[in-house]
Amino acid sequence: MTGNGALSAEVVIGLRGLEVGFGKQLVLKGVELDVRRGEVLGLVGPSGGGKSVLTRTILGLNVKRAGTIQIFGQDVDALTRAERHRQERRWGVLFQHGALFSGLNVQQNVEAPMREHLQLDPATRSEVALMKLDLVGLPRSAASKLPSELSGGMIKRAALARALALDPEIVFLDEPTSGLDPISAGDFDDLIATLQKTLGITVFMVTHDLDSLYSICDEVAALAGGRVIAKGPVEALRASDDPWLVQYFRGKRGRLRGAAS
Amino acid sequence: MSLSPSVSVEGAARLALSGAWTLAQSAALDPAARAIEAEGGASKSLALDLAAVEAMDTAGALLINRARARLQEHGVTVSVNGAQADHAILLAATPFVPEPPPPPREPFVVHMLADVGVSSSVAVEDLLKGVGFLGRLTLTFAGLIARPGRWRPTSIVYHLEKYSWRSAPIIMLINFLVGGIVAQQGLFQLARFGAPQYVVDLIGVLVLRELGVLLTSIMIAGRCGSAITAEIGSMKMNEEIDALRVMALDPMETLVAPRVLALVVALPILTFLADMSAILGGLLVAAVYGGVTPDVFIARLQGAIGLNTFLVGLIKAPVMALVIGLIATGEGFAVWGSAESLGLKVTESVVKSIFMVIVVDGIFAMLFAAVRY
Repeated sequence: MTGNGALSAEVVIGLRGLEVGFGKQLVLKGVELDVRRGEVLGLVGPSGGGKSVLTRTILGLNVKRAGTIQIFGQDVDALTRAERHRQERRWGVLFQHGALFSGLNVQQNVEAPMREHLQLDPATRSEVALMKLDLVGLPRSAASKLPSELSGGMIKRAALARALALDPEIVFLDEPTSGLDPISAGDFDDLIATLQKTLGITVFMVTHDLDSLYSICDEVAALAGGRVIAKGPVEALRASDDPWLVQYFRGKRGRLRGAAS
Repeated sequence: MSLSPSVSVEGAARLALSGAWTLAQSAALDPAARAIEAEGGASKSLALDLAAVEAMDTAGALLINRARARLQEHGVTVSVNGAQADHAILLAATPFVPEPPPPPREPFVVHMLADVGVSSSVAVEDLLKGVGFLGRLTLTFAGLIARPGRWRPTSIVYHLEKYSWRSAPIIMLINFLVGGIVAQQGLFQLARFGAPQYVVDLIGVLVLRELGVLLTSIMIAGRCGSAITAEIGSMKMNEEIDALRVMALDPMETLVAPRVLALVVALPILTFLADMSAILGGLLVAAVYGGVTPDVFIARLQGAIGLNTFLVGLIKAPVMALVIGLIATGEGFAVWGSAESLGLKVTESVVKSIFMVIVVDGIFAMLFAAVRY
């Protein structure tokens, strides 16, 4: 299950010639990307470079103009509605701002997907939900709180618990550490790494955080100008001579961390 | 597809687990876990053999752990054998921590009385807050009069267009129809007394004194009051109000004053339009149904109403606008955090404004009766 970085592993997300645009503007101009089972992929790129658009397109929230998206080896265009729903139950998404349902408390948020998709009796469901909260390191006292009563870090954790509610095979994380202090961000990275190792999930992570790239990502893909300009282990990208990557890894903010790693 | 989770007894005090202990098998998962407790409850010690388990996720692991914990609570020693490496990791990562049972609920009567108490005190607080808000708004306007440079003409004109100009068609249409309906009913009822031409008096007095301003205010409370609450409420949720404050801008001055002022200007204009269209509706219906020709209608109307009848309605309009504006902006500021509270406050804003409009109309009726206007 935990085939960390094993290159022979099955491709769970495969993108070929993916084009996405809004109006006259083409944001993604032929993206090619493979994510293998059990790997942690970090997606980096300049702001406005299409990282969020790519993630949302894979999730089916944006409409693509051309290209194919294969998830679990199936072309998403060829799926029926029911197959598509089954597929959606095999992934979990952590949105950048949590996207917790504001009218539900934390426990109800985690239970929401279980309530809809599983046949568990309420007592067991509640036990499973509380276990997920333990898993992401939220205190039990947070279970009955509303999202508006939580701090930023707790929102991220609660949202991660909800993303993990159905024990997904792929987890999408949109800037999981943004808005967290460095210590919390480090803790969150550790948490993702631990969960990934124990649960054997595939992680697709949009991030700006160089520390996350160094500490938990097996593979890093750089998206700039609507294309994947480089993909590989973080050290390989660091050695790349693409001007943006040079700036990114060896610029003012990159140098210190790079040296420290 | 993987098999559903199952438990089989293998000799004394030994259970073999097999199948997929995953959420995909959610319907069978819980019964299987309870079967462990049931089968193992009798013996002093129990061995769980996990070698045949095909797949496991955190939920499956938790339920196995739960069965272990509950058996151990009853004095049964449980050992786990043969778990695959990643299953063992999962079992270690998901210990069962029982949740203490929730405290017993208060009796219904106590709960109900507490509710009544809370809502009464909230009602009083609401009233006090409303008065406080009116005071702050008065101070803001006083400040604006002292420093005319701080008026926001663009904002006022923008809101005037939004509330007045864009509301005019629907308000005129509704009043036209209500005028027609009142005329039609009046004609039928008055015809029994042989005095159908009195329908003109009925329309003139009823519309100008009460109906025009009341219908307009209710429409504006629904149409604009809700919009104001939603606008200010979502700004509050988005911390835009706080952003204004830290820029040394007073939200009362930048957000509330232009909206309230636009309403105070808009409502009399709309009331006038409403009056005219209701009378037009009455005139047409009277002509078609009652044979009261327009020139007769207009001649009678001049006799039936005085300037005061017309002014009674118009005097009320700005006060109604102030009431609607205060409630709508106040409720907007009362929004906090969640989308649910936004919906709640918008509803409250509309319900409270319509209620207050009718209360204020009643107070005016008594007032005008007292001064014989």
